Amino acid sequence: MQLDNLRGIFYIALKDIKTYYFKPPAISWGIVFPITWILAFYLRNPGSFEELVPGLIAMTILFSTTAAEAVVINFELRIGSLERLLLAPIDISAVLLGKVLGGVVFGFVMTTVVTTGSAIALGLHPNLVRLVLIIIPSLLVFSSLGALLCVLVKEVFEAQTLLNLPRLLMIFLCGVVYPVSKMPLVLRYFSYALPLTYTVDGLRFSFSGGSGKVIPEYTLILTGFFLLCILPAVKMLSKKFE
Amino acid sequence: MENVIYVKELTKRFGDFTAVDEISFEVRSGEVFGLLGPNGAGKTTTIRMLTGLSKPTGGNASVLGFDIRTDIINVKKRIGVVPEISNLYDELSGFDNLLFMAQLYGVPRAGRRKRADELLKTFRLHERKDGLFRTFSRGMKRALTIASALTHNPEVLFLDEPTVGLDVVAARSLRNLISNLRRQGVTIFLTTHYLEEANILCDRVAVLVKGKIMAIDTPQALKDKTNKSTLEEAFMKITGLEPEVLAIEKGK
Repeated sequence: MQLDNLRGIFYIALKDIKTYYFKPPAISWGIVFPITWILAFYLRNPGSFEELVPGLIAMTILFSTTAAEAVVINFELRIGSLERLLLAPIDISAVLLGKVLGGVVFGFVMTTVVTTGSAIALGLHPNLVRLVLIIIPSLLVFSSLGALLCVLVKEVFEAQTLLNLPRLLMIFLCGVVYPVSKMPLVLRYFSYALPLTYTVDGLRFSFSGGSGKVIPEYTLILTGFFLLCILPAVKMLSKKFE
Repeated sequence: MENVIYVKELTKRFGDFTAVDEISFEVRSGEVFGLLGPNGAGKTTTIRMLTGLSKPTGGNASVLGFDIRTDIINVKKRIGVVPEISNLYDELSGFDNLLFMAQLYGVPRAGRRKRADELLKTFRLHERKDGLFRTFSRGMKRALTIASALTHNPEVLFLDEPTVGLDVVAARSLRNLISNLRRQGVTIFLTTHYLEEANILCDRVAVLVKGKIMAIDTPQALKDKTNKSTLEEAFMKITGLEPEVLAIEKGK
């Protein structure tokens, strides 16, 4: 049975990637949008661009994983295609994990392009092990966060609107463009309740070459956020079909 | 003949509303069984429960010997389902849609492409195999949706309103396909509100009204029992809709 579920997860992700991701709208949302944001901040306050690279990568992770979630979940719910997946001999959790995996793979490709491009252009030498330990769980967190928010609502436009709320909140509060350490204490507490803070901080450690003792801790925290998003998402999707 | 679907006092409630009310019936191996009823009778809800899309509120049911409450994955492996809406993927070709279904249902890798090709030929869609689903006509979409439910050679096929929205030619062609499947030994459970269709296709029918089964028998036996010459008239009498229809006709 687990083999059936694994096969289901793989082929659902593959189908979503083929059908919805790697299309102009998802690519522009996943990669052009974060670059534009970062350039806007850079032009507003020119300084060392290297300092903005972790924020750029974090934003690429955030935007690319959630770029097509509303389509792969809400659009398919609306036209009945998601129901077709639920008729297959796999668990409902496998269907949702397949949807999440599609976002993770797309996010991984986009993030690799941005990270490699930035490293080559700016002559940076990030620690690859640390990058993997931060990027992989982050991709899982934001793709499953997207899935959770999408199953909460019915329509694609509702999902898009709802997804923008955490996206914008996290851009400003998680150290993407303004260091968390310089924020007022109350906001700092709030920042540490948001997953992107650990992504940005972990990426900084990956590029700075400092001690990096916190990396395994951040990996664990991000894994916790992933579970916090995926478990209720599965439960809510199951409830929709009761 | 052994029973492949066994339903005992199956019930589905949505809050205070009872959509399916303690229905019981059996479907025999190799037969075409029709569930007839007006809109809102509970036909689709019954199919959704038997295929694992909706959990029953009460009662029991098994398909091919597997309990739908505790062993639904084993049920799903052995059945094909054609929902009322043709819900395949617009951005995939006819061939890719079938291939995806074969992958999802675990058809062995070596046989997937062959099976998809076979089905496209059977359903006379081979010439459009590379065309996107969204470019198909309504009849072609329906045919491909049925084909997609057959990729894994199911023993039981559930069809929810298979010919709804189709023109006369497409509906006739689809009925021929259903008859062919039956000859191949596939047990067919279909819902319809086209009574002539049920009369032609079904070995036995059950009449469902407001979630309750009012009668269950062969179309001929229902006509005989009600002393009517057509299944439509028999249906009107069984469902109690006859006076309403007569009143409308008088009004004319």
